[in-house]
Amino acid sequence: MLKFILRRVVMMIPQLFILSVLVFLLAKAMPGDALTGQLANNPKMDAKTLMEMREKFGLNDPFYVQYARWIKNLLHGDLGLSYIHQQPVTDLLAGRMGNTILLSACILVLTYLIAVPLGVVSGRWQDSWADKLIVGYSYVSFATPLFIFALIMLFVFGFQLGWFPTGGSVDIQIEKGTFDYYINKMNHLLLPSLSGALISTVGIIQYLRSEIIDTKLKDFVKTARAKGVPESRIYSRHILRNSFLPIAAFLGYEITGLIGGSVFLESIFSYPGIGQLFLQSIMQRDYSVVTALVMISGLATLIGTLLSDIILSAVDPRIRIE
Amino acid sequence: MKTELNHSQQTEIQIEKSPSSLSILWREVVKDKLALVSMILLALILLVVYGSAIFLDQEKIVKVDLLSIYAPPSSEHWLGTDYGGRDIFGQLIIGARNSFTIGLAITLISCLIGLIVGLVAGYYGGVIDNIIMRVIDFILVLPFLMLVIVFVAIVPKYNVFTFILIMSAFLWTGKARLIRAKTLAERELDYVSASKTLGTPDWKIISREILPNLSSIIIVNLTLNLAGNIGIESGLSYLGFGLPESTPSLGTLVSYATNPDVLQNKWWVWLPASLLILVMMLCINFIGQALKRAADARQRLG
Repeated sequence: MLKFILRRVVMMIPQLFILSVLVFLLAKAMPGDALTGQLANNPKMDAKTLMEMREKFGLNDPFYVQYARWIKNLLHGDLGLSYIHQQPVTDLLAGRMGNTILLSACILVLTYLIAVPLGVVSGRWQDSWADKLIVGYSYVSFATPLFIFALIMLFVFGFQLGWFPTGGSVDIQIEKGTFDYYINKMNHLLLPSLSGALISTVGIIQYLRSEIIDTKLKDFVKTARAKGVPESRIYSRHILRNSFLPIAAFLGYEITGLIGGSVFLESIFSYPGIGQLFLQSIMQRDYSVVTALVMISGLATLIGTLLSDIILSAVDPRIRIE
Repeated sequence: MKTELNHSQQTEIQIEKSPSSLSILWREVVKDKLALVSMILLALILLVVYGSAIFLDQEKIVKVDLLSIYAPPSSEHWLGTDYGGRDIFGQLIIGARNSFTIGLAITLISCLIGLIVGLVAGYYGGVIDNIIMRVIDFILVLPFLMLVIVFVAIVPKYNVFTFILIMSAFLWTGKARLIRAKTLAERELDYVSASKTLGTPDWKIISREILPNLSSIIIVNLTLNLAGNIGIESGLSYLGFGLPESTPSLGTLVSYATNPDVLQNKWWVWLPASLLILVMMLCINFIGQALKRAADARQRLG
């Protein structure tokens, strides 16, 4: 097991390296560099000082020297400077990152809360009307694009019915840290996370359903039934126990989807997170923020996949052999 | 006399021939009522969209008319007008045509790349396979959406063609992985070994013997991906990083809803486009699910 984990972590190193090179090259390919932004804001800067500045910041160095410096700064937690906001990228990210993580966590919790019971019902009472309804729902949710679903949710529940706030992460006038503040924050979170969760349940529902249908005909379940174990206990103790850990392990694979989803959700619900920051920065050509965000998202995905692989291999030793 | 014999032999062979995988797929889809309805609905939509797109004058549709800004639906403008007084219905037709055509192009190109890479990796195995799979594993963990947006933002001379290329550059990986797994299994079967013993060249085994056996999987995958790609394209266009402005997409129409006033009070601007995307994706998905069941002999309806 330890050997597998080690090998898996070692495998991640070249991936990380290539990711960093890719992001670095993208940053270089973006029109304009660190100084053109300042040039626009500062009329006193002429061509000569610009050349000197370029030399000073090392922008004339060969690319591998620049790459090494960039990596060194990255490892020290220095993500550069945002030219639009005139502050370090790390400071800019700090507040937003929390919001996005909160939103993603809410989506995940809701996804599991909705999908697990539905999957169990659908597998246990296979081919019943409830099963057909759930399978139908999972097909439809699989086909529905997130941005359209979120817009319709916002239109119906936010504007027409007025049940939820229609944007932001918290009302401004409410004092920070009070009980009302947290309630208000939850209230703002509910609609975006419901929109995200309701259409990402399909994977878990289908996995649980087919697992239960497979397992309930196996010999150990028949034995348990023959012993006279009550049906509810057969499900809770014998059948579901085998399926829950793999489902938990799906968490890591969801990260890619969550990052993509946050871009849409945050833009639709004008929720101040990194997805919204990413879109704004791209439009304002604030590229140091963009590269930092791509790098962080790539890293998050890599770590998520790593965790999922490790959990899954702990559950199912057959995976380790490969 | 001789030709007659030949003729009768031929008919006999035709009778005994087992149905091709394509005809099985077709039979199964027609039997599945939901898929059949989806197919008819989709065919109707495409017929209307491509048919009327020929007669619609794009110049006239994109012409700004300040006298009828945000006009609600009327007999003149069936679905009202947008902030520039442009007819929504016309934009809807052209947007649907662009979205579908481009979704199809992305699907076909990425499928072609995935097919070639997957077949080569699966058939030859060994070092080639190892290298290809590492590359695929790497691309699959990249933050896809963000990178596409970055590429769209920085590519010089950005147009529809570059958009298709950028999307295909990321989307071939899933297909390549699937095809590789299937080829790997197919390679071990007797007919491939027999053909090898006879001295058939590799390219011929791959293209004439293995490929036809993968056709049903490829078709299923194509269909499901088509739906997904239309969704991704319109999603990116919604964010403003999809099709360039000269080529309106359904996503462009939906993106007018970023203005809260439009979202709240002017449903005719964004709702028809949203529903059209939804209906098209549902139809294609239902057809794809039926094809998927048909391709799996255990799940056939009979």
